[in-house]
Amino acid sequence: MTLSRREFMQWMAASSGAAAVAGCAGMGGAAAGRVVVIGGGYGGATAARYIKLWAPDIDVTVVERNDAFVSCPISNLVLGGNTQIGNITMGYDGLRNRGVSIVRDDAVAVDAGARQVRLASGKTLPYDRLIVSPGIDFMYDNIPGLKSVDAQNRVLHAWKAGPQTVALRKQLEAMPDGGVFVFQFPLAPYRCPPGPYERVCQVADYFKRAKPRSKIIVLDANPDIVSKKGLFLAAWNGMYKGMIDYRPNSELRDVDVEGTTVKLAFDSVKGDVLNVVPPHGAGSIARQAGLITANQRWCGVDWLTMESVAVKGIHVLGDATLSAVAMPKSASMTNQHAKVCAAAVIALTKGRPVNPQPMMMNTCYSFVDGKNSMHVASVHAYDAAQKTMVAVKGAGGISTAASELEGTYAWGWARNIWGEALG
Amino acid sequence: MRPILVRAGCAAALLAAGYAAVPAWAQDPGIARSLAATCTACHGTDGRSVGGVPPSLAGRDKGELLQTMKDFKTGKRPATVMHQHAKGYSDEQLELIANYFAGVTPGAAAAAPAARVNN
Repeated sequence: MTLSRREFMQWMAASSGAAAVAGCAGMGGAAAGRVVVIGGGYGGATAARYIKLWAPDIDVTVVERNDAFVSCPISNLVLGGNTQIGNITMGYDGLRNRGVSIVRDDAVAVDAGARQVRLASGKTLPYDRLIVSPGIDFMYDNIPGLKSVDAQNRVLHAWKAGPQTVALRKQLEAMPDGGVFVFQFPLAPYRCPPGPYERVCQVADYFKRAKPRSKIIVLDANPDIVSKKGLFLAAWNGMYKGMIDYRPNSELRDVDVEGTTVKLAFDSVKGDVLNVVPPHGAGSIARQAGLITANQRWCGVDWLTMESVAVKGIHVLGDATLSAVAMPKSASMTNQHAKVCAAAVIALTKGRPVNPQPMMMNTCYSFVDGKNSMHVASVHAYDAAQKTMVAVKGAGGISTAASELEGTYAWGWARNIWGEALG
Repeated sequence: MRPILVRAGCAAALLAAGYAAVPAWAQDPGIARSLAATCTACHGTDGRSVGGVPPSLAGRDKGELLQTMKDFKTGKRPATVMHQHAKGYSDEQLELIANYFAGVTPGAAAAAPAARVNN
């Protein structure tokens, strides 16, 4: 929370100059700037809403391929039969009412030189600043059995909430009692660190209620449980004792869709329902736009502004970013990216200094059944020397145990973070 | 002469209110707004909570908000998660946050609207 004298002087110099620029920009009826946002998920929708809240004179357009927002957080509860997809599905009318233009289309190309986005429909959208919040796309190249669309529709990921969530729930409902659910997921970093383990709890909760002779085989590519280990093990060894066979170091080699078998390096695991989350990276438009800077998967950003380190004028949010150390790929974190980005885009548009000390906070809840939830929390501060976000020592932590009280907080979190994006 | 006197008066009031303890750059209202915005994923935009859980912060007494956060930070007040969050902020940051939410008019929270068609 301290600035060097030199940084402070630079900031003061920028501040005084900015007043004159802002005064000019405020004259006349034209928009102060045009911002285009690719992706109307937790990152893009929240950034769009906050730019409009904090600077109504900036023109904001969101390009989104779906006509509704479906929340990944809480979506595991649909698999467990503990909520319905309609309860996590929301519309964009709140953003429209705030003056955000919603264009239902697919962004297919970015021309950073000409500062425009080309859409699948053939239209182009010019921008002064572009925000790319593309989420993730799966890497099927090294999974021969899952290359066809037909195979992908039969062995589901359900790691983007929506039709796949509903389809996987139907597969679980159709599975006979005594069946085996095989769930494989990739090495970190992946979307939602505690998400796989929550999914195991939700499916176990459903089986315990409806198909008590059924089993779950967990094929975790990681060497150990990645998040909230003790809390998840308490549930697995307690309320779900004997139902869950956890196998670490289970990296995927291939999937035999016809034989309903997951193939690992030294083992093949057959099940009645397979659920495979392939390795993933930033959504494909990020690659096309030249924003990928790390491991051919993630987009490096300047954490003061969320601006790409590769392409000027383009900001990247959410799971697509190269996460700072100890920063999860989560909706909660993405919400914070979006607000740092919104403030920076406004400052840069109006010629004001950007916040030199951004803070971010994360809270991820996981439900172990229909009612009881537990959290992992962290606080991240910008470190000027390291030029990145750093987890604040002594802050953050996990629940002492899953509880109904935290279940109510988890739903409150969901309603509020949805309001942040779409309200 | 008068505008100068008014300005001097404002500066004196700010100093009296304890702003001298806050670094000059943090007096930018955008800084307090952004700090407060880190809380709103859980507490609702501008501290207006959809359904009131977690509690709304908008328009609450500044002293009460600040003391509550400091009590979370020291562990004096028990919590599920707030003690873990409060420890991530300096007392100066907590003061900016409390001041921001105290200055927001309480009102209806903006919930996300239902989808037009459920899929």
